[in-house]
Amino acid sequence: MSKILFKKQLSNDVFMMRLHAPLIAEERAAGQFIILQINDDYGERIPLTIADADTKEGSITIIFQVVGKTTLQLSEKNVGDVIPALVGPLGKPTHIENFGTVVCVGGGIGVAPLHPIAQALKKAGNHVITIIGARNKDLIILEEEMKAIADEFILCTDDGSYGRKALVTEPLKEICERSPKPNMVIAIGPPIMMKFCSETTRPYEVFTQVSLNTIMVDGTGMCGGCRVNVGKEIKFVCVDGPEFDGHKVDFDNMMSRLNSYKELEREAHSCFLEQEIKNKEALQ
Amino acid sequence: MSHITPEQLSEDAKKLIVDYLSKIDELKTKDRMKIPAQEMPAQDPEIRSHNLDEVALGYTVEQARIEAMRCLQCVKKNCVEDCPVKIDIPRFIDHIAHGDMGNAAGVIKEASLLPAICGRVCPQETQCQSNCTVGKALKDVDKSVAIGRLERFVADWERATGKISIPEIKPATGKKVAVVGSGPAGLVVAADCRREGHHVTIFEAFHKLGGVLRYGIPEFRLPNDIIDKEIEVLKAMGVEFQTNFVVGRTRKLTDLMDKDGYNAVFVGTGAGLPMFMGIEGENLVGVFSANEYLTRANLMRAFEKGKADTPIYPSKNVAVLGGGNVAMDSARMAKRLGAENVYVVYRRTEVEMPARKEEVEHAKEEGIEFYFLQNAKRIIGGENGKVKAMECLRYELGEPDSSGRRRPVVIPNSEFILDVDTVIVAIGNSSNPLISQTTPQINVNKWGNIIVDETQKTSVDKIFAGGDIVLGAATVILAMGEGRRAAASINKMLADDIEKEKKSVN
Repeated sequence: MSKILFKKQLSNDVFMMRLHAPLIAEERAAGQFIILQINDDYGERIPLTIADADTKEGSITIIFQVVGKTTLQLSEKNVGDVIPALVGPLGKPTHIENFGTVVCVGGGIGVAPLHPIAQALKKAGNHVITIIGARNKDLIILEEEMKAIADEFILCTDDGSYGRKALVTEPLKEICERSPKPNMVIAIGPPIMMKFCSETTRPYEVFTQVSLNTIMVDGTGMCGGCRVNVGKEIKFVCVDGPEFDGHKVDFDNMMSRLNSYKELEREAHSCFLEQEIKNKEALQ
Repeated sequence: MSHITPEQLSEDAKKLIVDYLSKIDELKTKDRMKIPAQEMPAQDPEIRSHNLDEVALGYTVEQARIEAMRCLQCVKKNCVEDCPVKIDIPRFIDHIAHGDMGNAAGVIKEASLLPAICGRVCPQETQCQSNCTVGKALKDVDKSVAIGRLERFVADWERATGKISIPEIKPATGKKVAVVGSGPAGLVVAADCRREGHHVTIFEAFHKLGGVLRYGIPEFRLPNDIIDKEIEVLKAMGVEFQTNFVVGRTRKLTDLMDKDGYNAVFVGTGAGLPMFMGIEGENLVGVFSANEYLTRANLMRAFEKGKADTPIYPSKNVAVLGGGNVAMDSARMAKRLGAENVYVVYRRTEVEMPARKEEVEHAKEEGIEFYFLQNAKRIIGGENGKVKAMECLRYELGEPDSSGRRRPVVIPNSEFILDVDTVIVAIGNSSNPLISQTTPQINVNKWGNIIVDETQKTSVDKIFAGGDIVLGAATVILAMGEGRRAAASINKMLADDIEKEKKSVN
């Protein structure tokens, strides 16, 4: 059980919450995630990255986008409400050391998990170049926080409504062409963005680490739902990851697996929305 | 085997018992051998293959007493020899024959803590019932005294009367025991250590308790309220439970001792990463590990469509790979979830299948089709990366291998296509890597299973382990047996510690 201590809407469908979880706050490291449930009888288990933690308050910060029924219900919870099941920190922490120059690329909601990693890399003495991007200005999150860490900061939107009108891969390519080229790239965001970031850096042979958010049930190495092809091996995101070499990940297979339940989810989401509307109408 | 209604079985038993009761203490071996073996009443296959209710309904009192009278009360107790927890089987059966269910329960409880569970899921035909004199004499292991069904009967009787006794707890010792995992091994350790007066906390990663009993074994075989009742007993004994707690991640295993003051830790984290075949197409949409499929259906309640948020893949034609209990559970669950055709594909023959016999029979009755001496070669994808079909190969049996079973040998050019949209892989698990990743000082073997000595102690002081994390994929009763042994070692170690502390004070 975990109480919501703070809630803020970051954009139209992106929310930030601080949850009371002293043990997780103490143990977590950059790159790890939690799994939560809104209802511990019938709720689904959804993995969310830990964006930040405060050991004094005994809290962790999560940032999530409303994409389905559970995230919608979560977004409707308020300070003081309780999350019945919260477990973590899960996954392997990001390996942090002074690599030299690291490019941190964040797409949309992916900036949330990227933030603690960029922070840790900076602290370890790296020259941190940050590229954050989104479809439009409304979807840009944590701009100030990322700017504060970055030695170089680039912001772009697909539609040009804010910052540079470009996909994140454009500035990434330019940076790879510099001499000397960066030592490492970390890309976190939608699968398609991570795929193209990996394709962008491949010809330059810059090691590119991606953080995968696949379908999971238990998150502790039991169900195998999160498996992905990495090179010639099958890897489990929950215990072998979530971070992998982007040049080896089979993104196409991963994306089709992510869509396994798309039709069912769309149904659940719209049924739930219809019910919500009915409930609201009944109240009026 | 045709289905006989429970009403009919009950009727027959009522008629039959009158005769035997009058001469119960004069029955000779010859008479006992003639008593008809009692069949387990079960839900109608047509109906049950669409619901999650328990399939086997349990003996009536009359059936149980008649079955109990079949026991010859042998002097040399083969059945006890073959029981992993050494229940005094003839003694509890004799109490049933005489209608003394209370004492029957008492005898079982001396050795087994969870009879309602074991009676349902133990592979009796390879354990207690395998060398039963009655079965041997009748040259048919299926004709052995139905020890498992009788055990279940007694446990159910006790639960129905509401007279479940809470074991006596010795005075508090001030020692703390941490149990990692609330599956069968952990539950036994918790009970046995708590009885000695130690403070016991069970840490469970999931939001519900019971481990594999809850997420793995479907309710049609082991209803949840039976697990709940067993856990209530532990709670009444004063065992503490912490759910949503992943030892190794939420707290380092060694921190439980160094920071939280636990004096001993038992690791019973169970089976781990599901194994796959290593064939083409195994990551297609529609291929699941049995662990995932069953967890969605059981723990996450996906069976209750409309209520549960966790989706389950809609299937029409399902292939299940494997021949164990988990394969049977997956196949029968797929049927219940609406699949029209379910095929169990197994590369040996029915004789070599490790599944409980009763489950195989039940599966057949429910319309599951068995494809023996066949195996998957590759899984073929269609639209959107979804499973479209599976290419199989035929096999024949060759020479026995190291396990003593005849090795299946592929027949060249025997490929054929099976039209399926879902493939469930139920060929076992490797070990869970979480404890070894986060506690590298614990020695594991090349498969990642924790290495223990004969007292279940690991390479690290005060840390013990048991169940599937040690054995690889095994059975509930073997896990319980390991738990019992580990608890005895923990209790002895703590008693020695207390003794030493006393001496140093004096």
